[in-house]
Amino acid sequence: MHELSIVLSIVDIAEEEAQKAGVDNFSKIVLEIGSQSGIVLEALHFAWSSGVKDSVLSKAKLEVSQIQAIARCEECQHEFNAETLYDSCPRCNDAFTELISGKELKIKSLELE
Amino acid sequence: MCTTCGCGNTSYLSIAKPGEKPMNIDPMKLHLLDDHKHTHGHGHSSSHQQNRIIELEKDILGSNNLIAERNRTYFKAKNITAFNLVSSPGSGKTSLLVRTLTDLGTQIKFSVIEGDQQTMQDANRISATQIPVIQINTGQACHLDSDMVDKALQALMPPEESILFIENVGNLVCPAMFDLGEETRVVVISVTEGDDKPLKYPDMFSTAQLCLINKIDLLDYVDFSIEKVKENALKINHHLKFMELSATKGTGMEQWYDFLKNTLHKPV
Repeated sequence: MHELSIVLSIVDIAEEEAQKAGVDNFSKIVLEIGSQSGIVLEALHFAWSSGVKDSVLSKAKLEVSQIQAIARCEECQHEFNAETLYDSCPRCNDAFTELISGKELKIKSLELE
Repeated sequence: MCTTCGCGNTSYLSIAKPGEKPMNIDPMKLHLLDDHKHTHGHGHSSSHQQNRIIELEKDILGSNNLIAERNRTYFKAKNITAFNLVSSPGSGKTSLLVRTLTDLGTQIKFSVIEGDQQTMQDANRISATQIPVIQINTGQACHLDSDMVDKALQALMPPEESILFIENVGNLVCPAMFDLGEETRVVVISVTEGDDKPLKYPDMFSTAQLCLINKIDLLDYVDFSIEKVKENALKINHHLKFMELSATKGTGMEQWYDFLKNTLHKPV
């Protein structure tokens, strides 16, 4: 259940930004989360309400933009949507593939009313 | 509640050397940069500002990664080779360390950071080998993070030109996401677990550089194929290297010891 740690790290960053901006709370936060980032979205949503309690994010609407993992085949350079970390290349069936996106875990933006 | 590890107020993080009183660390003070404090924004939000958007593009694990890089620089400056040992509970990480420290303790300088939710058990086992050790009890948290390691390093003061083992909390999921500043991440799997484990817990196998297959003395009694586990792990991480050994019987330990000796850094 590291999602709670993640929520609390998000709160930390938001608190810092609130101080810089001189505000008491944010109305919306947009996260970018890769489909192979190791975050289970259901668990993140579950941890959200307790994690943001009494913070600058307590009233913020949570929007998650999920980024589809894309892998590139090292053999034929074909790029494809990766559903797991061990998908073989759908074109040449080679198992040597590298993720080129899908590990993202970031705060894209914070919104003030 | 701690904003890094999620531990509650009733369960503080503590670090302790065997035989000494544990030092409790207020989780609120643990994380992020030293000058960071938990304060709420007390400015005045102006009503005429309408839907101002702060385009942040900030890595959520940024503060952990920053402290991990600091740890890494510290290790480099002191010629310390740091290993982060990860596995499920019960794979034999501590037994592997005890055997390694007993066999090599007179040839190489070692120190150990032990991570567990509770108890000094592992640190006491390490301490019996006369190797300096510090125990981190994470309370509710399911993994070590770079800041806990930073705090433990300040108490442990590992010697120069040495090997530091960081034994992570037994958990194949959460520790995968947290860089501690190690040089090499070692995932330990024992033959009493399933050979499909790499596929079930891919994140850990994808972030490790070395995989130790432990308890090979039990191979005759379990339905576990070394070939299969390697094949599965290589599907996830084709750079992964393997060693097969038995920490309790001593089989295959020479290869591990040679590897450790070769990783020692000398001053340039």
